[in-house]
Amino acid sequence: MVTAPENIGVIVATDCGSTTTKAILIERQPDGSYRQTARGEAPTTVEAPFEDVTMGVRNSIQELAELSGRRLVDDNGHIIRPAEGNEGCDIYISTSSAGGGLQMMVAGVVRTMTAESAARAALGAGAIVMDTIASNDKRLPHQQIERIRHLRPDMILLSGGVDGGTISHVVELAELVSAADPKPRLGKGYKLPVIYAGNKEARDLIRERLAEKTDLFVADNLRPTLEMENLGPARDRIHDLFMEHVMQQAPGYGKLMEITDAPIKPTPGAVGDIIDRVAMAEDIEVLGVDIGGATTDVFSVFKKTFNRTVSANLGMSYSISNVFAEAGIENVQRHIPFAIDDRHVRNAVKNKMIRPTTIPQQLRDLVIEQAMAKEALRLALEQHRAFATTLKGVQQERAIGDAFDQNGHGLSLVNMISLDLLVGSGGVLSHAPRRNQTAMMLLDAFEPKGFTRLAVDSIFMMPHLGVLADIHPAAATQVFERDCLIHLGTCVAPGGKGKPGAPCLHVTGTLPDGSTVDETVNYGELRLLDSAALDPETNISIREYQPQECSLTFAPSKGFNLGAGSGKPVTKTVSDGVVGIMLDCRGRPIRYPEDPGERIAALLRWAAELKAYDMDVLSALSATGGE
Amino acid sequence: MAHSYTPGLKVSERSRITKRRILPIQGDVLVSEGDMVTHDTVVARTALPGDVYPVNVANMLGISAAEVTRCMLKQVGETIEQGEAIALAKSFFGIFKSTAKAPITGTIESISSVTGQVIVRGAPLPVEVMAYIPGTVTEIFSGEGVALETTGAFVQGIFGVGGEVNGPVRMAVEHHEDILTDSHISEDMKDCIVVGGSMVTAEAIRRARECGVKAIVSGGIEDGDLRDFLGYDIGVAITGHEKLGITLMVTEGFGSIAMSPRTFELLKSRNGQAACVNGATQIRAGVIRPEIIIPATDTQQKDLPPSPKEGAPTRIGDNIRCIREPWFGRIGTVASLPHELQQMESGTWVRVLQVAFDDGSLAIVPRANVERIEDNNL
Repeated sequence: MVTAPENIGVIVATDCGSTTTKAILIERQPDGSYRQTARGEAPTTVEAPFEDVTMGVRNSIQELAELSGRRLVDDNGHIIRPAEGNEGCDIYISTSSAGGGLQMMVAGVVRTMTAESAARAALGAGAIVMDTIASNDKRLPHQQIERIRHLRPDMILLSGGVDGGTISHVVELAELVSAADPKPRLGKGYKLPVIYAGNKEARDLIRERLAEKTDLFVADNLRPTLEMENLGPARDRIHDLFMEHVMQQAPGYGKLMEITDAPIKPTPGAVGDIIDRVAMAEDIEVLGVDIGGATTDVFSVFKKTFNRTVSANLGMSYSISNVFAEAGIENVQRHIPFAIDDRHVRNAVKNKMIRPTTIPQQLRDLVIEQAMAKEALRLALEQHRAFATTLKGVQQERAIGDAFDQNGHGLSLVNMISLDLLVGSGGVLSHAPRRNQTAMMLLDAFEPKGFTRLAVDSIFMMPHLGVLADIHPAAATQVFERDCLIHLGTCVAPGGKGKPGAPCLHVTGTLPDGSTVDETVNYGELRLLDSAALDPETNISIREYQPQECSLTFAPSKGFNLGAGSGKPVTKTVSDGVVGIMLDCRGRPIRYPEDPGERIAALLRWAAELKAYDMDVLSALSATGGE
Repeated sequence: MAHSYTPGLKVSERSRITKRRILPIQGDVLVSEGDMVTHDTVVARTALPGDVYPVNVANMLGISAAEVTRCMLKQVGETIEQGEAIALAKSFFGIFKSTAKAPITGTIESISSVTGQVIVRGAPLPVEVMAYIPGTVTEIFSGEGVALETTGAFVQGIFGVGGEVNGPVRMAVEHHEDILTDSHISEDMKDCIVVGGSMVTAEAIRRARECGVKAIVSGGIEDGDLRDFLGYDIGVAITGHEKLGITLMVTEGFGSIAMSPRTFELLKSRNGQAACVNGATQIRAGVIRPEIIIPATDTQQKDLPPSPKEGAPTRIGDNIRCIREPWFGRIGTVASLPHELQQMESGTWVRVLQVAFDDGSLAIVPRANVERIEDNNL
């Protein structure tokens, strides 16, 4: 039974990742607010020889207990509940992405309509979409069957047809699935769960074809009309099946489900939930990114619409080589402020791939890794931009055959100029030696326009808060704002192009420390206003700094726009952070000089202004050609 | 973390090596517990369900889906030959006839009167699992496969491409720092496992393949050369399925990196002996590393030394190898294990260890950037 929010004083939450299980402790303070007070971690124990996820959970909570001085696990290894004095907790909750997370295949009749809606439902539920099968995906039916046979997903989401629309096409898809007779990834001797969320008039025919071979569940149509998506029921069904079927097959999860006080959520689903909740609560547009070793997740809320994409092969270790292959050497090199042989970069990338746990000891290696991160993030955003669109195929009365041609009619919802908050998460962003480097990676990869607050998830706490939000929304929001996010500052970036060296932006006003600012930033330059003057060497460990606000007037030059129109000044209250207020006048897209010497000189200027690196070491590297 | 644990690649002169040889789906196990097998013994066999071809009979015959059942010449479960008529439609009082033909040889699996689709399943595809290593069958997994055991030298690499191969070990260079070039490759190396030193060049790989070499083992390889050889950039590190005509295994990494002397000397001491190599690599949870297994000859069958305890903490005096710049590939011993975090040139604060190199010099290295050399009995 879930405890009422008012009775929750101490919360333990874990996130069981592929390699590490992370535990956090949240406690109610005397003033009634909630704060995250300790963090512990331990290796995940899903795989042999342990094959019991609860061992890692217990170890991580034990570390939490040691660090906090609060006894959380009794002598029998049970989590102590409820909290009394300096012992125990009131609730224990968890998310999980161990064992590869939730892997799904989705299918729909039209690739850009029902199939895309199905993908959106699966992604929103926190799944990795292994493939999207559609009647018009240009593969022959036997190729589709072959693909379904080989995928071995955790579950399939089948959709197709608006209510009252096509029956034969969606039944045909069911026949393909039936012919493929797919087997689940985990566990022997149980049937693969299939959720049908398509045309309600085809349900009986779908049952006839799939009920025997698969574990079939029916949910409301996720696209009841062309103009409307109804993803909630399918998403909820995915969560239920994730708990009831997939999790039951993973080692130790049966036990874990017994000890949690709320359903276990897939990690990315929980992250999406907290981002969505914060965007709705504050009425802002948010873009969140979590860059991992294998994948990069992008979450966004634009125009109150939540979207999530998983770039399955864009990551910083396991998939780093794929980032390199997709980005190309020129795009990686453009971020490196010293001359370095392509051969060396190639080998460095591959060596990171084969030894993913190593740490860049030298600045040269760090710069290369951060260049790769910028490209991974840029590519992930590109994919997100293409996916997070308005519904395709609406407002057009056409037969299904015509509808097949409606590719690309949806407009991307991702609008960088209306973006209010950009949140980064994942090792390369959260653990960069300086927060200034995190800010630089976010700026260079996402190129925010207008006024955008930048923040980083300090210790990857968003999953925990995503599941907490279901039980205690207030506690989740408070911890998110005060402990989870480290505010880096605000980026002010006029859109437009100009002549390098010509005035781009004039800024006047009083900074949070009382000093005045009255200066012009030229096109092609970056300027940092860091009145808090935090030492970049130590700002990595600063969690308590609360952003200070100030009202400044920003006057873009003619041809540049901050949202009010070309050349129109804007007076706005902006907040700083551990890095400061970043005036980014490098153009959108950022203009990297073509001449290698000029490019390196520009990169060095930008890095120095942003205090991203130890400039003595970086300049020496630049002088010696990266050696 | 309470202690430092830096697992390394296994390099062992004598190990007990166990391999599970499992079918992709249930089938028949062809050997019994205690049987001796050679590398090419088939230990298990099964038949994968045949490929499936949907045939849209309604479209082909120009009839409605509901009429398909009536027009079928073959029913569910019947066998059919490729090109054979499976359905027939007549129009204009039987004057015009059109037929739908079987795309493959197989059986009719289903007929749909909703979609007009007929599903044809092809003949089952036989799958055999070979022993890969010579040894003894120690366990039978009924209907699934077997466990095999052998004793011999075992070397894990860091990265490889290409699948399982067998052949005699053939040293191609004198020294562990030598680069393996095409001039080292000769036609009498056909079917051999050729061992180089610090690096193998693109020309050497091409020449080796021409000469019928089964596998190349070397310290490093230039990533650009690998890309040129494969014809594409390796994206995600899952390999082993490549059909290259040769298997590659690198023991240290990308670039020119001398093969660990211990590895090189071990392979040299087994020159001419039969070996098994697999280039399959997977870097993620459930890591798979490429390997070379050299089963012991009768004279090498001695008592096995106790296995080093996996997962034991790193201690002062342990042999380690640096696995990242600036000392990539260098070997030394742990001189001290300071508790305090230290800041690196990159600015990052990490736990470190002090390493003493063979030339007596000392260096501070992040603990994450070394791997323990697991077996010291060489």
